[in-house]
Amino acid sequence: MNGAALADFVRRAAEVVTADADRLTRLDAAIGDGDHGLNLSRGFAAAVEALPEGAPPGKVLIAAGRAIVSKTGGASGPLYGTALRQAGKTMGDAEEVDAALLGAALRSALEAVQELGQAAEGDKTMVDALIPAVGAYQAALGRSESLAQCARAAAEGAEEGAEATVPMRARKGRASYLGERSTGHLDPGAASTVLVLHALAAVAAGEGS
Amino acid sequence: MVGLVIVSHSRVLAEGVAEVARAMGVGRAVVECAGGDTGGGLGTSIDLVERAVRAADGGDGVVLLADLGSSVLTAKMYVEGADGKVVLADAPLVEGAVAAASMAATGAGLDAVLAAAESARDHRKT
Repeated sequence: MNGAALADFVRRAAEVVTADADRLTRLDAAIGDGDHGLNLSRGFAAAVEALPEGAPPGKVLIAAGRAIVSKTGGASGPLYGTALRQAGKTMGDAEEVDAALLGAALRSALEAVQELGQAAEGDKTMVDALIPAVGAYQAALGRSESLAQCARAAAEGAEEGAEATVPMRARKGRASYLGERSTGHLDPGAASTVLVLHALAAVAAGEGS
Repeated sequence: MVGLVIVSHSRVLAEGVAEVARAMGVGRAVVECAGGDTGGGLGTSIDLVERAVRAADGGDGVVLLADLGSSVLTAKMYVEGADGKVVLADAPLVEGAVAAASMAATGAGLDAVLAAAESARDHRKT
C-alpha cells in the first residue's frame, strides 16, 4: 500500500465510523458515558481534513493520528491517535508498505495503546479486539498470505475478539465502576476497532495486493 | 519555581481545584488550568494542556495533575511527547494539587514537588 492507499484507509474509516456513530454511542451509553460514536466520528473527520497530499504512508498516519488526538475529546482520541501515530512511525519513510511492514505497524499500534491505557487482555477494552487482530494477521503472514488476506484476517480476528468482550467485566474506564453490571454488553472501543480494521481490509482488498 | 497544571474534564472543576491549590501555595505557587474541551464543554484537549504548560513553565519544570479517564490519557500522551521537564503525578486530583502547590511554594525542585503530590495518595480519611 502506498501513501494514497493509506489516505483512502483513513477516509474509509471516517465513513464507516460516521455511518455507525449511533450504534457506537448506544453501546457506550449502556456502560460508558455515551459519546463514543460522536467523538470518534469527529476525530476521524478531523483526520481526513489533515491528510497531507502526496505523502508517504507513515506521514499520512502520523498526520491523521495527530488530528485525532487534537479533536476527539474523549479517551478514544489519545488511544486511536497513539495507535495511528505509532503505526506511522513504524512505517518510517517507506513509500510502499508490504504485508510484513503493515503487520509490524499493527503490532506497534497495539503496544502503544497498551502502554498508554495500561489495559491488559480481558479488561473489556479495544485491546481485546486488537490482540486477536494482531495474532490473526501474524498467522496469515506466517502462511505467506497477501497483504489483503492478512488485513482481512486481522479484521475477522478483531470481530471475534470484540464479541468475546460481551461477557467480560470491565476493568478500565467508566464501565469499571459498574462491576458485574458491565457484563452482557459489547465494549464500544472493541466495536469501533472492528470497524476501523474492516476499513483497512476493504482498502487493501480494493488494491488487489 | 516548579509550575502545576490541573487537567480535568470540567473547566469549573479545574478552576476550583486551582483556586484551592493556589491558596495552599500561599500565593506563590503557579497553578494553571486545562479544563474541558476547547468549546467550553466537558472533555479534554491536548491543545489546552499545551497552552497551560507553557503558561506554568518558569524553567524549573511542570507537574500535571489529572482527574480521570481521557484527562489522564491526554496528560500522559502530552508528557511522552514533551521535550521539557514535564511530568504527570500519579495522585488524587485535589489532594495531589494541594500537596504539590505547598511544596512548589517552598521553591523545591521538580522531583520533590512530584513526590509531594504522590504522597497525597496515602492520606486516609477515615
